[in-house]
Amino acid sequence: MEWETVIGLEIHAQLNTVSKIFSGAPTAYGAEPNRQACPVDLGMPGVLPVLNRGVVERAVMLGLALDAEVAGRSVFARKNYFYPDLPKGYQISQFELPIVASGHLDIELEDGSTKRIGVTRAHLEEDAGKSLHEGFEAMTGIDLNRAGTPLVEIVSEPDLRSAKEAVAYMKKLHSLVRYLDICDGNMQEGSFRCDANVSIRPKGQAEFGTRAELKNLNSFRFVERAINFEIERQIDVIEGGGRVVQETRLYDPDRDETRSMRTKEEANDYRYFPDPDLLPVEVDQDFIEEIRGRLPELPDAKRERFVREYELPEYDAGVLTATREMGDFYEAVVRGCNAPKLAANWVMGEFSAALNRSEVELAEAPVDAGALAGLLARIQDETISGKIAKEVFEAMWNGEGDADSVIEAKGLKQITDTGAIDAIIDEVIANNPKQLEQYKGGKDKLFGFFVGQVMKATQGKANPAQVNERLKERLDQA
Amino acid sequence: MTQETLSDWVRKLRAREISSRELTRLYLDRIERLDADLNSFVTVTAESALEQADAADARLAKGEEAPLLGVPVAQKDIFCTRGVRTACGSRMLDPFVSPYDATVVERMHAAGAVMLGKTNMDEFAMGSSNETSFYGPVRNPWDTARVPGGSSGGSAAAVGARLAPGATGTDTGGSIRQPAAFCGITGLKPTYGRVSRYGMIAFASSLDQGGPMAASAEDCGHMLNAMAGFDERDSTSLERPAEDFTAALDADLTGLRIGLPQEFFGEGLDDGIRAALDEAIRVLRERGAEIREVSLPNSHLSVPAYYVVAPAEASSNLSRFDGVRYGYRCEDPQDLLDLYTRSRGEGFGAEVKRRIMVGTHVLSAGYYDAYYLKAQKVRRVIADDFRRVFADVDLLLGPTTPELPFELGAKSADPVKMYLSDIYTIAANLAGLPAMSLPAGEVQGLPVGLQLIGNYFDEARMIGVAHQFQQETDWHARVPSAFA
Repeated sequence: MEWETVIGLEIHAQLNTVSKIFSGAPTAYGAEPNRQACPVDLGMPGVLPVLNRGVVERAVMLGLALDAEVAGRSVFARKNYFYPDLPKGYQISQFELPIVASGHLDIELEDGSTKRIGVTRAHLEEDAGKSLHEGFEAMTGIDLNRAGTPLVEIVSEPDLRSAKEAVAYMKKLHSLVRYLDICDGNMQEGSFRCDANVSIRPKGQAEFGTRAELKNLNSFRFVERAINFEIERQIDVIEGGGRVVQETRLYDPDRDETRSMRTKEEANDYRYFPDPDLLPVEVDQDFIEEIRGRLPELPDAKRERFVREYELPEYDAGVLTATREMGDFYEAVVRGCNAPKLAANWVMGEFSAALNRSEVELAEAPVDAGALAGLLARIQDETISGKIAKEVFEAMWNGEGDADSVIEAKGLKQITDTGAIDAIIDEVIANNPKQLEQYKGGKDKLFGFFVGQVMKATQGKANPAQVNERLKERLDQA
Repeated sequence: MTQETLSDWVRKLRAREISSRELTRLYLDRIERLDADLNSFVTVTAESALEQADAADARLAKGEEAPLLGVPVAQKDIFCTRGVRTACGSRMLDPFVSPYDATVVERMHAAGAVMLGKTNMDEFAMGSSNETSFYGPVRNPWDTARVPGGSSGGSAAAVGARLAPGATGTDTGGSIRQPAAFCGITGLKPTYGRVSRYGMIAFASSLDQGGPMAASAEDCGHMLNAMAGFDERDSTSLERPAEDFTAALDADLTGLRIGLPQEFFGEGLDDGIRAALDEAIRVLRERGAEIREVSLPNSHLSVPAYYVVAPAEASSNLSRFDGVRYGYRCEDPQDLLDLYTRSRGEGFGAEVKRRIMVGTHVLSAGYYDAYYLKAQKVRRVIADDFRRVFADVDLLLGPTTPELPFELGAKSADPVKMYLSDIYTIAANLAGLPAMSLPAGEVQGLPVGLQLIGNYFDEARMIGVAHQFQQETDWHARVPSAFA
């Protein structure tokens, strides 16, 4: 039987406010345990939550970017359950009335087409703390630094049909929250994490199959692998005559498999009710318009503009706008050298390769946009060839100075003087009489041999176009 | 000294007729000498009280003015006090020393008040007799075989016996007014949102409100001046211009429209209380008030709605007491579930557990709509009744309680009977309205409480009317003979 996969994603993005969602304690990552938890975060007797306005602004930005409905009135509710890292015995979240509803995000599929993925809702909530199991003999440590960190949970419609689509959606959303500068997107630190609801059904069937919820998918690679594993597992279960049970499964990246955590029968009754300590969140049209005015250019708009303004192919525009930083970097390079296509090739090629090789972030790259533009300008004005430019770039990356000083220091300036090139050509022809004879006899392929000899004699510095032109003329005359 | 009210002390301290240290010493001595019969204090902070008194004397010497400068007061043990045990009447918090001060404590400190100590209360403010306290029952100064009411029973008994000129209370369903009535003192529950709830251990967040308890209405006005005000740490705190709650003490009652809700005078009301209220009404009428009968047709729904909403919120509010971070933890827990169940099982008393179970039930899937949502609708219906009535009258008047103070143990076995003690007080909490209880008579040597319910933010007028009544009567000035 042919099976169709149905996937919906729940993505938790940590909002990058300086302080927590309901207290003034800082949100910075990596502090000593329990040093960033104030009485409110610790759930001390008598403390009360006060909503951080920055959190609401970020949620509204997200809502506008998803072309969603931003609720004029949304309500915080308590989700009640006991867990040691949940200090109050309830999590403050949004339940019946979330701040964002009915949006969508368009993803690009491998065949170049676009697919619209529905976003059911996005709601605000506080994060819990962490249980620490290492280093505590027969005990569990509790670190409440993360408790009260603001999260937005973005819930998609079950519109995704493969692991690849799920990853494309997740990447697109990841790019979007970073464009909006509402989340740092750091997946290692858990700032952007994903749960996936996965089910299968016979192709053509309208009803959904029973779904499993996959947890702990904290990289794009894990999302793809966990979903693919889960699809195979469900097919095996059904084709083996069994039934998929509704349950929560944990992905284990070390063994590349998903394991059952709890079934629906064991699921908690969270006893949601509106939190009486917090007033409903009122967002008026003026506030929404003010936020709209502050929205940056979003990825899709930027991509279209790159195609239009810089005459880039769709593919290039897509790569260069994948992150806001990359797009900004590219535009800074173009401003410095005025060669959009050349800049695109270099940013996507040598530059990105060097970033990957050195494992550094764009912001920390040893060659900044101005320096790269300086190098490309030397290609443009034919001071050096593209090939020599790669050598110069390496030197720049290694901290040997800007393009001009590297060219100067290494004597890499391109030879464009016709007289000098002619002299070298004549010398090469004189030193290779046998090849000249064969060339004259019709062996045209030997033209390349002569080019190679000239370039070798000039250590690659001769202008290739000029070499071609002059060599042809001199060979014909010889 | 039992004749002086808090307001008298404010004047005498300002006039330098007595120092704060002398006054504080006087009350500390009374507590030491007399509280053994009452058990109204769970903690007496004698040393820090005298330090605070000295600081207040220094401020007085510089001619500073602050609403309660140098006045000793007691704090209900529901308010967090930094460095002092804050147990909320519960074994669960018996080991808990708060790392911070509640806003009310902070504000009263800034206003110059001297804290004598922390007063006993029903466990987590759940009770109407002060019998659910982990620290033992409080006794009524008018008859120590009887209860002082609850949950602010310690504060009421302490003020009634003049062990403190004033004390704070909190009122979720009548917990200031009912004990004030039982102990013959004046107590005021402000409009919801007037007094910050930050640092006031939550029972039912949408109903809880702190307020003053003292001998007279004027005293309550002075205390409320110190307690009330916007607090950015409490999202339900109301941002309003500062107000002097003693501004309307000279109120002229001529033409004042007072409504008597007929539902508050029906079956179940003690005859002695009814007679005392008739006399009080006559006094007010003589002073020019217009008395008319009004109706709050849905008031019979108050108690059932309250006993859904309050336990629901409480069941969630009390989840933080889990034995993990602070407070009581059972011996030698075997695993996480054992830690939870035994810490909570041993740390909470029976009434608290009962309400957690009721609250958990009414919020459960399948019951939420039938109970919690319906109770919220009833709340709106009750608030609408009041809105309608306040179109025609300025104040409502009725009994605070249906009965006189009862004997210890008389109702402990029957929670529903106990809950009915608050039958006249709960509606004001459900609607968020200000209300107060003031002494209005004596029956068989026991005090009778008269309740006023005002419109939103009408505390000053309510205090003024009560003050005028207290100019005509001396019920509020009477002190039980054993403590005179």
